[in-house]
Amino acid sequence: MIGLTHYLVVAAILFTIGILGIFLNRKNVIIIMMSIELMLLAVNINLVAFSSALHDLVGQVFALLILTVAAGEAAIGLAILVTYFRNRGSIAVEDINLMKG
Amino acid sequence: MVQAILFLPLLGALIAGLLGTNMFKNLGSDAEAYADHHAGGDHADHAHDDHHGHYEGPMWPMYLTTGLLCLGAIMSWIIFLGFLHEGHDTRIELLRWISSGSLNAGWAIRLDALTAVMLVVVNTVSALVHVYSLGYMSHDEHQPRFFAYLSLFTFAMLMLVTSDNLVQMFFGWEGVGLASYLLIGFWYTRESANAAAIKAFVVNRVGDFGFALGIFGVFMVYGSVEFQTIFDNAPSAVGKTIHFLGHDWDTLTTLCLLLFMGAMGKSAQFLLHTWLPDAMEGPTPVSALIHAATMVTAGVFLVARMSPLFELAPAARDVVVIIGGTTAFFAATVGLVQNDIKRVIAYSTCSQLGYMFVAMGVGAYGAGIFHLFTHAFFKALLFLGAGSVIHAMSGEQDMRKMGGLAPHIRLTWAMMLIGTFALTGVGIPGVGGFAGFYSKDAIIEAAYAAGTSPAMYAFGLLVIAAFCTSFYSWRLAFMTFNGKTNADAETVSHIHESSKVMLVPLYVLAAGAVFAGWYFEQYFIGHEEALFWGKALYRLPENEILHHMHEVPTLVKWSAFIAMISGFALAFLFYIRDTSIPKRLAAMHQPLYQFLLNKWYFDELYNFLFVRPAMWLGRFLWKTGDGEIIDGFGPDGVAASVAGVTVQVNRLQTGYVYHYAFAMLIGVAAIISWFTFGGAH
Repeated sequence: MIGLTHYLVVAAILFTIGILGIFLNRKNVIIIMMSIELMLLAVNINLVAFSSALHDLVGQVFALLILTVAAGEAAIGLAILVTYFRNRGSIAVEDINLMKG
Repeated sequence: MVQAILFLPLLGALIAGLLGTNMFKNLGSDAEAYADHHAGGDHADHAHDDHHGHYEGPMWPMYLTTGLLCLGAIMSWIIFLGFLHEGHDTRIELLRWISSGSLNAGWAIRLDALTAVMLVVVNTVSALVHVYSLGYMSHDEHQPRFFAYLSLFTFAMLMLVTSDNLVQMFFGWEGVGLASYLLIGFWYTRESANAAAIKAFVVNRVGDFGFALGIFGVFMVYGSVEFQTIFDNAPSAVGKTIHFLGHDWDTLTTLCLLLFMGAMGKSAQFLLHTWLPDAMEGPTPVSALIHAATMVTAGVFLVARMSPLFELAPAARDVVVIIGGTTAFFAATVGLVQNDIKRVIAYSTCSQLGYMFVAMGVGAYGAGIFHLFTHAFFKALLFLGAGSVIHAMSGEQDMRKMGGLAPHIRLTWAMMLIGTFALTGVGIPGVGGFAGFYSKDAIIEAAYAAGTSPAMYAFGLLVIAAFCTSFYSWRLAFMTFNGKTNADAETVSHIHESSKVMLVPLYVLAAGAVFAGWYFEQYFIGHEEALFWGKALYRLPENEILHHMHEVPTLVKWSAFIAMISGFALAFLFYIRDTSIPKRLAAMHQPLYQFLLNKWYFDELYNFLFVRPAMWLGRFLWKTGDGEIIDGFGPDGVAASVAGVTVQVNRLQTGYVYHYAFAMLIGVAAIISWFTFGGAH
């Protein structure tokens, strides 16, 4: 029987993969965005799993909301990346350190 | 009238100093021009009065200050002559100054015979020096400043002599010190002048420290600083003790010695005398006014003013006698071998001040003040005459480079001779003589008449000093005016008699040097003495020295005369008959000669004892204390550590998103852990 625990473990694994994707990846900003997406999805799995386990629909409503926000975020993030690439000719993570004082 | 005498010099000083100088105009620019001008004129070792330069400013500041001072001098004589006939002490309250608890110090004028004498001395010499300076300083670019300082000095000195309490006196005391500092350093582009000014100021601080302690002590004992209260209550402190420096001392002796310490500094007495010869760096009129006639006699005045206390402290008076006698002897011996014309006269001044203190110490206050009075005339005359010689010699002060000047500057020569006669005390006992004859012989007789062992010690030294005085005075006169000239041809071709404006003050002072002793003797120390001084000078009823001093043995009466004649004879032999003797003598007694030439090595001793340790301490506090400790741990240390920390902090800011995200994650993990494991309880 697949219970709540399995969902939570999967979500935790996904979340960890997302985090490691941000920190360990030194190459491509798009991978960072994909990792963020992965983390959001892990959260969604958690929400839906708890929603079904607790018979509370609010969790699923939250999940839909997060999906919307994630879509918007991905769109804006990609747009910024395109602009950035056009301006600086590179989207390698090593090169993006404009925030250094 | 007294108020006018007192404040006219201040008025002149303020107007001339503030409006007459370039103070408000082109600040700084003229200082550079002055420096440029004088830079080439400095000689290596000796500083010489410099007469080359041009003054292109208005003349009114000079005429104004001189005019006001002449007015003051005339009024002083009116007051003084009034005291000769009918003295009445007055006290004029001007304003209340300090009123704090039981300390009350008013601003008042105490006018008695002593003040009247000092008024005449100060104002007469000051007015004559002002007039003289019109000629002497006529090429200097900074005349208005010079005259403003002179007037300021006169004001401070008048404040000192008219003071009604010790605090007011201290004001004048410091005021003359300031003016002296400013005038010694008048040619401020000369390093030696600045050094001399600082030296004078610092050495005087040592004395003033004692004087201030004395004032505190007087206030502690009598509860007042007003002269009248102190004098009325003076006997109440007899035999009591005062706790000072962890020991119980006799009150009056301690107070008098502390006050005398101030007098020693101001009057350049033995141990605190080192500043006076160096003060000759100032312009010659300043030497005449401040460092011969007036300021240096302030110490004598102080002791005379405090005579009610000194009368009751015989031990303190013994110290005064010993210091005075030692100074008279010491300075006279040093004067024997000096070659700078002004320094010879400076040591002579020092020596004569020693005479005055001996008179004070043996209780013959009138004789001391009498010598102060006559000395002011002939010493100012000698200084101004020396100034005239220096003027004629284009700034040369070394007597070895003079000689044979008499035919060129006959009037100056005559005046210098009168001054020398007066200083050496030419006169025949029982008949009469020049001014110094009356006052100096009176002091020598008083020292003998006192009879105590310190007084006999002083008597012996004074007679020897009289001999030395005669010798160095005639040595100065002969080396300067007689014999062959040693000056180079160019200087000789420029020798000229001084202008009228410089000679007239000499005539007036010469008249004083001739007649002041003869005319005023009866008032100062003679028959009308008690009537003249009134309550100004206090003597115990049993102090009858003024009677005894007229009854000394004949040999004592003639001792000064013999010393004077033998000094003259020796100088005549050395510097007219056979001029090779001094050189051979100096070569024979080289150690003694060097000892005297180097002023008993006092400067070297003080350098070793005080100046160098002070320099070392100063450097230590500056380099180590301030530089390394305070700055090191204070401002500089804090700044350095802040800079170090920021460099580290700066390196945290990489600009990489994943670093920031990692930091956020750590933060989140920490918060969650805390909530889970810590905050849950």
